[in-house]
Amino acid sequence: MLANYGYVDGTGDYFIVIDTDKCDACEECLRVCPERVFEVAPDAYGKRVARVRDEVVTKVSYVCPGPRGCYASIDTNCQRVCQPGAIAHTWGVAAAVVEEE
Amino acid sequence: MPAAGIDVGTLTTKAVVLDDGRVLGKCILRSAENAEAGALKALEEALAQAGLKIEDLKGIVVTGAGRKFITFTQKQKTLLSCLAKGANLLVPTVRTVFDVGGESSTVVRVNERGGVEDSIGHDRCASGTGVFLESMAKLMQMPLAEMAKASLLGEHRAEVTSMCAIFAEQEVISHVHRQPPTPKNDIIKGIHGSMAVRIVGLAKRIGIKPEAVLVGGVAQNVGFAREMEIETKIKLIVPPEPQLVAALGAARIALEEKV
Amino acid sequence: MPYFAGIDIGSRGAKGCIIEDGKIVSYFIGDTGPESVKTAWYTFEGTAKPVGLEVKDMTYVVATGYGRVLVPFANENISEISCHAKGAQYCLPSVRTILDMGGQDCKAINVNEKGVVTKFIMNDKCAGGTGRFLEVIASVLGLTIEQIGPVALTSTEKFPFNTVCAVFAKSEALTLLKKGTPKADILAGLHDAIATRCHNLLKRVNIEKDFTITGGISKNTGMVAKMKEKLGLEPVLMEPDPQIAGALGAAVFARERWLAKQGQPPQ
Repeated sequence: MLANYGYVDGTGDYFIVIDTDKCDACEECLRVCPERVFEVAPDAYGKRVARVRDEVVTKVSYVCPGPRGCYASIDTNCQRVCQPGAIAHTWGVAAAVVEEE
Repeated sequence: MPAAGIDVGTLTTKAVVLDDGRVLGKCILRSAENAEAGALKALEEALAQAGLKIEDLKGIVVTGAGRKFITFTQKQKTLLSCLAKGANLLVPTVRTVFDVGGESSTVVRVNERGGVEDSIGHDRCASGTGVFLESMAKLMQMPLAEMAKASLLGEHRAEVTSMCAIFAEQEVISHVHRQPPTPKNDIIKGIHGSMAVRIVGLAKRIGIKPEAVLVGGVAQNVGFAREMEIETKIKLIVPPEPQLVAALGAARIALEEKV
Repeated sequence: MPYFAGIDIGSRGAKGCIIEDGKIVSYFIGDTGPESVKTAWYTFEGTAKPVGLEVKDMTYVVATGYGRVLVPFANENISEISCHAKGAQYCLPSVRTILDMGGQDCKAINVNEKGVVTKFIMNDKCAGGTGRFLEVIASVLGLTIEQIGPVALTSTEKFPFNTVCAVFAKSEALTLLKKGTPKADILAGLHDAIATRCHNLLKRVNIEKDFTITGGISKNTGMVAKMKEKLGLEPVLMEPDPQIAGALGAAVFARERWLAKQGQPPQ
């Protein structure tokens, strides 16, 4: 299952996407995220998978700066440490550049 | 020779006449339906203050949302570049500019020459803009300035977790109706705090470096400025006339560049 | 025969559903009050009392929704996404795409033939594109939420709204109203704006037939018409009431969980 956690607001799309079929609950993403975005819990079908914590979902773009701006580091962010490649970010481009000359 | 800068915003139009680092004349007016007429009026008032006429100017640079409607000058510059130049003129050590306006907010990282390094912002979401504070002031039934001062008296921020202005209103209403009710000043501190959290959350994506300057219509809100300092953990410099910074930067560009 | 109950405490609406032998025995739709535990009890009582049942008659209870952790008599909590999908697909076995617009969020869900979610996306921060947006506009125009759909359908010329933000849309609507723009046209423009947001959300999952709409928004004829226009798919609505999709799904899960605990596979 592809679980999209986040929202679309006036400035763009901000979703952390977790592929629960690929996730093996290794908890590496929990370990590296300095903002404690993730938790691992059983889903509705009994499989333990990573998810974005409820308190974070409604403010994901204020807590997570996206993979390129990760507060840990670009080399050890959640996407990089996830071996099965279960994590993706869709991050609003609208906010990145305000105006061009 | 002096030069002028005009910032045609959605809510207000600002004009500055500058010469050799000194402001000779300035003006802030409510933006008119006809952007060009409004811009001319602001410019004329600023010139009158300076005791000058349009012909005395080396050049005029126009910026802001309404700059495309101005025909009496060819030089148009982005708001970002004018903000950066203006902030740099006032505070040469500035590296981050927070511009929080009525309907939009922008964060700009600036280099030592006043050039733009990176920027982020939005104008399509009411959260993190002056509109949010205005609707809260209505809810709390207080004038904005009074609410700003009350924020300083709050001890702890009441929780306002929603990022959306509309949902935040609901949270504030529940605080007011709680048994026992949350102290009014704490609710107000929470309101200003949540606004600061939004802006700083935005800014963290491009990084915050001192010195930081706060400009725009909301900069004069003392409650908000204090909460911004708490969130950024650095001192924030608020210029005496924060609304004029972009117009000042536009005037500086007109002065420095070959027009 | 065992009774199974599902309680769905949303941010605005609280729903309950009791099933027996795979059929709906009773359901209830009410408002979520400020106290979650009280809400849970009156929702259950609103569902059970009319058919002469009590909590002790329930074999298994599943709670879902925003307030699910505070339902004291629930045996288990399950996420609202899964319960919505389960409930909708239980009534409409051919459904594969669900749009749910609640008071404070908007979800798009893909579900397979077994009632298992394969993809979902939830817009959960912004009032734009939720029931709240419509409430704000309805009050600005002096109409009830039930009236705005039919009024929008009478429009002859819609005004495009550039904004997704309910706060800005509210002031745009007020300005148009002052200029004498007919309410129907303002509403048509706003419904279009919301439908566009929902469509964009749906594009991030797969848009496959059959398509259904759940939540209070399913009762807004204007919105249903707009969604049909945007997707090119006729929405099939579940019976008896699309608002109980979550509660029904929770009840169905209750049955499955109980059967699993008895060592029996779900039928």
